[in-house]
Amino acid sequence: MSILVFLEHHGNELQKGALGVLTKAASLGDSDVAAVLVGGGVKALASEAGTFGAGKVFVADDDAFEPPLPQARVDVLAKIVQEHGYETVLIANSVLAADIAAGLAARLDAGLNWDLVDITGDWVGKRPALQDSVYVDVGWKSTPRIALFRAGSFDASATGGGEPEIVDVSAELSDHSQQARVTGQELEEASGKSIEDADVIVAGGRGLGAPENFSLAEELARALGGAVGATRAVVDAGWYPYAAQIGQTGKVVSPKLYVALGISGAIQHKVGMQSSNVIVSINKDANAPIFEFSDLGVVGDVHEIVPKLTELIKQRKG
Amino acid sequence: MSTRASDYPPPFSAREFVTEPTDPADERIEVGVLIVGAGPAGLACAIRLGQLMEEHPEVAERLGEVPVAIVEKGKQPGSHLLSGAVVNPRALRRLGFRVEDIPSYGPVHDESVYVLTRRNAVRIPPPPTMRNHGNWIFSLSQLGRWLGERAEEGGAMILPETSAQKLLVSHGRVLGVRTGDKGMNREGEPMGNAEPGSDLVAKVTVLAEGTQGHLTGVALDTFGLRGEEPQVWELGVKEIWKVPKAPRGVIHTMGWPLRTRARYREFGGSFIYPMGDDMLTIGMVVGLDYRDAELSVHDVLQELKTHPKIAKLLRGGERIGWGAKTIPSGGFYALPKRLHAPGLLFAGDGVGMVNIPRLKGVHYAIESGRLAAESAFAALQRGATPAASLDTYDKAVRESFIHDDLYEVRDMRQVFGRGFFVGGALASAMTISKGRLDLGKMRAEPDAEQPLLRSDRAASYPTPDGKLTFDKLSSVFASGNKTRDDQPNHIRIERRVPKDVAEMWVNLCPAQVYEIGVEGGDGTVTVNVAPSNCVQCGAITAKGGRLTPPEGGSGPEYTLT
Amino acid sequence: MKIAVCVKHVPEGNAKIDPSTKRLDRAGEGALNHFDANAVEEALRVKGDSDTEVVVVSLGPARAADSLRKALAMGADRAVLISDEAAAGSDLVATSKLLAAALEKESADLVLFGQQASDSDGAVLWAAVAERLRRPVVSQAAELSVAEGSLKVKRQTEFGYDVIESPLPAVVAVSDAINEPRYPSLKGIMGAKKKPFDTLSLADIGVDAGDAGEPGSKTEVLGLSDPPSRGDARKIEDDGNAAQAILDFLAEKRLV
Repeated sequence: MSILVFLEHHGNELQKGALGVLTKAASLGDSDVAAVLVGGGVKALASEAGTFGAGKVFVADDDAFEPPLPQARVDVLAKIVQEHGYETVLIANSVLAADIAAGLAARLDAGLNWDLVDITGDWVGKRPALQDSVYVDVGWKSTPRIALFRAGSFDASATGGGEPEIVDVSAELSDHSQQARVTGQELEEASGKSIEDADVIVAGGRGLGAPENFSLAEELARALGGAVGATRAVVDAGWYPYAAQIGQTGKVVSPKLYVALGISGAIQHKVGMQSSNVIVSINKDANAPIFEFSDLGVVGDVHEIVPKLTELIKQRKG
Repeated sequence: MSTRASDYPPPFSAREFVTEPTDPADERIEVGVLIVGAGPAGLACAIRLGQLMEEHPEVAERLGEVPVAIVEKGKQPGSHLLSGAVVNPRALRRLGFRVEDIPSYGPVHDESVYVLTRRNAVRIPPPPTMRNHGNWIFSLSQLGRWLGERAEEGGAMILPETSAQKLLVSHGRVLGVRTGDKGMNREGEPMGNAEPGSDLVAKVTVLAEGTQGHLTGVALDTFGLRGEEPQVWELGVKEIWKVPKAPRGVIHTMGWPLRTRARYREFGGSFIYPMGDDMLTIGMVVGLDYRDAELSVHDVLQELKTHPKIAKLLRGGERIGWGAKTIPSGGFYALPKRLHAPGLLFAGDGVGMVNIPRLKGVHYAIESGRLAAESAFAALQRGATPAASLDTYDKAVRESFIHDDLYEVRDMRQVFGRGFFVGGALASAMTISKGRLDLGKMRAEPDAEQPLLRSDRAASYPTPDGKLTFDKLSSVFASGNKTRDDQPNHIRIERRVPKDVAEMWVNLCPAQVYEIGVEGGDGTVTVNVAPSNCVQCGAITAKGGRLTPPEGGSGPEYTLT
Repeated sequence: MKIAVCVKHVPEGNAKIDPSTKRLDRAGEGALNHFDANAVEEALRVKGDSDTEVVVVSLGPARAADSLRKALAMGADRAVLISDEAAAGSDLVATSKLLAAALEKESADLVLFGQQASDSDGAVLWAAVAERLRRPVVSQAAELSVAEGSLKVKRQTEFGYDVIESPLPAVVAVSDAINEPRYPSLKGIMGAKKKPFDTLSLADIGVDAGDAGEPGSKTEVLGLSDPPSRGDARKIEDDGNAAQAILDFLAEKRLV
């Protein structure tokens, strides 16, 4: 059982999602877990990989790898897998990683299962389907196996492992890997994120009472660093713009935290947010359907609770 | 303050939907015969035309590059089709098909009729109008899909997601239709990808739009063709269930949960039809001349399912579909004065070819479509100006079983205004006498003119449990409706009315389109509209509003109804 | 110039899993994957009024022709459907092989994909196809411009935008933010029926049956299982302290 984990980095930080996958790999009970780092000036990050469970870290450190493009990374990974015989490659999903995983699968003619949220020690992947209402168990018929995990599937936790063995890798790049070039970058602040990318969404429904009361949702969203969403009913009534509509005929989101204010939870809305990691809802009506699929349901008045909550959060964040 | 919905008419006039062609001549789309509606009537018309064109290729040539075109507002044929349905196969056979070759749920093996009370079901011998031996069980949506494939094989071009918005008329003659715009926002302004409608012109236009057909209504008014009696409607709401074991035969019920006293005017009943071994369809049909502002056919169906005998049928099952549609029930006297106008023919439910006592209309639709094709083709063959020669269609319908059957039951629906028991007795007498019992023509009143009353009816509706009984929004979801929200409101309705009228609308609509807004302090309230819920059943048009077609492709996506 | 757009016919409405095959029940109605409509639209925008050819390619059963016709109705010039029983059940590896084989024959300057398939969210086909074609790939394109043998993409990432340039031929996957797909005009719908439409078998694209379908797939579906329940769903009534209770809950879940 030899596992290779691709570690993505941004700036000088290893991505949490990738470290989570590394943590999971280490927990699968095998000592032969290696990580791969590809970039410009990334060697310094290698020892951190050790704390999260990598016994060995392959490093391809070169300015040529600085741009966040997938295909050169496929060349590096393919070389490592083929030379060292790794049977399983685990990758945390991201815009970059998705392209790497699929490119690698084609290069190695290897099976790729994606959008997994878990994997067992005997290599059965768990993949949510039908708006996360069911899991499909997927497997690989041959090695190498490639698994692409949904962002945030695993928490990163330092296993206290020691310094990893560092192996420098140089790979010959394919012609086609050298053609695309990054010629510019625009970095965005977190609050400019679109609703689909937000980690936190605070959504308002008719229970808010009046369009002005959307300020409750906006304040809470600001305190939590998230985006504001709305139900179809309030968008129809003109309380909030269509771009914020969440639901069957609006946007489908799956943030880490979804806070529903004054939303009853009709199925048209539910299918737009039911795969959120944690759902907290506040509604005056104890029988509102939303309580059936919330992790924390609060029967109460949003006008009383939300301002206090916003204040408490601001205080906690200091 | 009057509580008759008809005193608060919607902002609508037929004139708004009649126009001369406006596209430059070289941008107009020309077809030979244009059929509006890919339902049983429209598809039968297209299929028959295909057969005739094959026999007479020289006429086919004259019809141009696209000899037969069908515009359909749903995503595909079947998306907007809903019925029981137990179909009399005679019209399908006259179209040249063997009913055994058509996907169906088989012939009717057995049937029973029950009168229900809250806890019991008393079996009664099927009234003569409800004998279904020799008939076949279909999903009308699936039948539409199948007929659509046959029509295309015969050379017809089906244009789905296309609504027929306006009638093109010039010098008193119908030239075709103008299709609806796409990509408009709620304010009616074009968005980035907006696509305006087109003038679609044809030598003959056949309106086969089904119940509450938009252009059918416009044309009947424009050409002054409304029948002697006003049209009236029933609302049918039904569900499809996957069940451990379907009943063996078709079942009809009367009585509970509908109330029998004459003052309520609750005419109707339910049907339960097996669909193979492991599916069934259950539906409630109620006349829209009811008077109780709290009557909700959607919720009466939910109530029906709580009857111990019916809940038993559904135990261990799962609801997999839902839908609603009105049925014209005015019968013979509500048929239009003529079934044609210059350049135009009317077929099917759009003009009320439905036999309510037998709950049958599909075979009349198919037969009328077939006859319309023959008339149109004959006129085109003669090269005569179709304007003059389409009256052969009226003659053909008069001589067909459509006329005979509808005449036989001409007064039956009207008698039920006198209550279930009196009505039932009169109806039986009429059937036994094969229509010879003539009580003198009874006046039918338009559904929207019924005064309203209240009787706390809503108290008997079950609280939805999400397993056996459901709320309206869940039902709308189960119809496959995912209509784009940000489009113009297609429903015309008076927005400030007495509270009773508004409540009647709120309860009437099976899709929860209407909602009470703010109180006016003078007994009136405003009415809020959520048009994207609409499944285009047509009930609102019967009771004081007006349904027009939304953007093509909107509405339900029926597959098993 | 030639642009090829890969499109998929996906089940519509409320899809279900067929318990016997453990696959998506594809018997129901289907439609053009709406993300692929963005790709078709982008191809048509790049084409503009020029005589660039836009060809749409799909791998699927015969009824996938409906989606291809919709793309033709939008304005694409030609359609190619790879339809062969032996291809049913192809996974990513097999599908990318089949598509790449068909695309090799087309020799397009630009191959476009939509960003995901609505029936298997997170599909990453484009990068696999690009690898087999040995072409540069750029995904998540929120803006695309093509000129004189090269392209420029504004690519959306978690951190903002990267501007990426590449020579042609190349493969690009467009995000749904890139455009609003046009509605086919009535003339377009009617004209679609006359446009060239080829149906190809595995033999036509030179792929062995052993490389397609289940034999050619390296992954498999083993069964279905239930997701872990949401755990203890808590419901409380506000007694004046709800705000604190919510904060504690969020802290416990490490969300604040």
